[in-house]
Amino acid sequence: MITYVFDGSLEGLLTAVFEFYERKPGKIQLVSQVHFQPTFLEETFEVVNDEAKAKRVWAGLCKKISPDWRSRFYKCYLSETPEIFQHLFDFACYIFDNPKGAEDNFGHPSVIALSKMDKSVNREKHRMKAFIRFQETGDGIFYAPIEPDYNVLPLISSFFKNRYADQKWIIYDLKRKYGLFYDLEKVEEIIFDYVPEVKKSNVHLPSEVLNDKEELYALLWNDYFKSTNIPARKNMKLHIQHVPKRYWKYLTEKQNR
Amino acid sequence: MSDRIREKLTILADAAKYDVSCSSSGSNRKNDSKGLGDASSSGICHTYTEDGRCVSLLKILLTNHCIFDCAFCVSRKSNDVKRAAFTVEEVVELTMSFYRRNYIEGLFLSSGIFKNADYTMERLVRIAKKLRLENNFNGYIHLKTIPGASQELLTEAGLYADRMSINLEMPTEAGLKLLAPDKSHDDVKKPLSFIKDSIIQFKDEKKIIKSTLKFVPAGQSTQMVIGATPETDMEIMYSANEYYKNYDLKRVYYSGYIPISYDTRMPMIGSQPPLLRENRLYQTDWLMRFYGFDVHEILNVKNPHLDVDIDPKLSWALRNMEQFPIDINTADYKMILRVPGIGVGSANKIVQARKFGKLRSDQLKKIGIAYNRAKYFIRCADSVFQLNTPEAFTVKNLILSESNSKYLKVPQNQLSLF
Repeated sequence: MITYVFDGSLEGLLTAVFEFYERKPGKIQLVSQVHFQPTFLEETFEVVNDEAKAKRVWAGLCKKISPDWRSRFYKCYLSETPEIFQHLFDFACYIFDNPKGAEDNFGHPSVIALSKMDKSVNREKHRMKAFIRFQETGDGIFYAPIEPDYNVLPLISSFFKNRYADQKWIIYDLKRKYGLFYDLEKVEEIIFDYVPEVKKSNVHLPSEVLNDKEELYALLWNDYFKSTNIPARKNMKLHIQHVPKRYWKYLTEKQNR
Repeated sequence: MSDRIREKLTILADAAKYDVSCSSSGSNRKNDSKGLGDASSSGICHTYTEDGRCVSLLKILLTNHCIFDCAFCVSRKSNDVKRAAFTVEEVVELTMSFYRRNYIEGLFLSSGIFKNADYTMERLVRIAKKLRLENNFNGYIHLKTIPGASQELLTEAGLYADRMSINLEMPTEAGLKLLAPDKSHDDVKKPLSFIKDSIIQFKDEKKIIKSTLKFVPAGQSTQMVIGATPETDMEIMYSANEYYKNYDLKRVYYSGYIPISYDTRMPMIGSQPPLLRENRLYQTDWLMRFYGFDVHEILNVKNPHLDVDIDPKLSWALRNMEQFPIDINTADYKMILRVPGIGVGSANKIVQARKFGKLRSDQLKKIGIAYNRAKYFIRCADSVFQLNTPEAFTVKNLILSESNSKYLKVPQNQLSLF
């Protein structure tokens, strides 16, 4: 079996599909550069990104699958998990090798794998819509740091743009070291060079840079969170199931004040 | 200043928390005006309290002063609690600043009745109006319909709110009369049907004139307290069913009574709220709304109570063993949906996938059905031929022995005789 090594980009993944059909090497294994561990026995093939080839593959896929499945394919790619690349590759081949409509075959392993991963990515996307907490800075920008399991920023950008149309905001992915900045007109991708306040260790901004009223609102929100709880119904298992602990450090209501 | 607003928020959030509705779904309001907020059609739960309930909206009372003395209500006139009232500006500012920080999806505003119904309703409407017109707020607004408020006020409220609700309080008229002699279900039915008719009317107009305003786009809901009065599950669900049908409700909420009073007509303070019963009622509600069950199939004179140890879907299947097992590869979608352990998502996937070939058990497991539960009710491509179908009793015990339901560990006091 030949191992195809690609650079981890969507373009690379699609190019790999193209190369596979051109070379017809039989069964292959697709691995991204960062996860690749060379061995002596296996033959490897390095996929060189080619925009034209990638576009042809994408156009081919688009002809055969519905818009829903196109977005599912993209969302699975954004999960960035090592196993999903192989599934995406297998899925693409399965679609190309079969008549239109094959994506509905939930009995097929790669269809079900994509469908499951899509669900996970959607859940993470939805959680970010729910758990992002903005803090207003002295200069009126609403700032929220996040560390999502998957690379969901591209998926939530338009949601926040539509919703918070009249305030400037920044959502920064600390794990992937890039963020989105909305300047009341458009959303731009940004990368912080060096901002001493934004360290991994302190998610919440120091009070010097915050708006005067920020502390009060955070306090009021904490009060509200406590008052709306019904102690007679306490159910911490359910609570943690809905709000997993890894998100707690970003949640205003989970900080002791 | 900040201490006062903190105290008010604490009192008025505490008083509002027994209203369980927190849904922010079903609306489609857009932020076309470049203002603040929009409605997410699926709704978003921004956090969950330690009791595991979702927090989606800022749920507060405008005031907990009330002229009524309903025994089940924490804000009843005779109850010795701290009273407070927000000003219109305070509610608007809280909503806007919480929303800007992505704490909430919007506002759920209710109120004790002060002076009279119209006076109270007018205040609620004024807040919604100010949010929409002066602050360009397009987030979700859920307003309580105050029984007895004028139709003019209700119409105005409907133009600014996404959802409106009015609580039945007790599942039956008799139960309500027992605890709140001043109230009756007719006070609820009148505004429910007025708003329902207005929704239809606005929708019809919108078909002709596109610019017609939205009117309660997320529909109406209601709530009933269960366990405070001695209704059977059958009475509760028949009542819910009637309201779903007659008033086109989006939701009926069932709120397990949490003892808040020494009134001898109701469970005493300190007794456990009937959480399991509440859960079973919601399961029944789901079966009615999404699984194509008629309420009479689940609850009837022979079975006036839902089983405690098993869920209503399994319970129905065990009572109707002659309809099983069904063949996954040929059965009707409707029948697949009735199999314990198969949900709406899996049923859809099964129907899609079987077009490509007969499904085996390993594929069904991957699709995501609860196979250990479903296996007693289905046949698939690799099922072993069985001579006789097992008895309902045996199946129930087999399923129970494998399950580790969270409820079997919870003390169940609601069955006590005294």
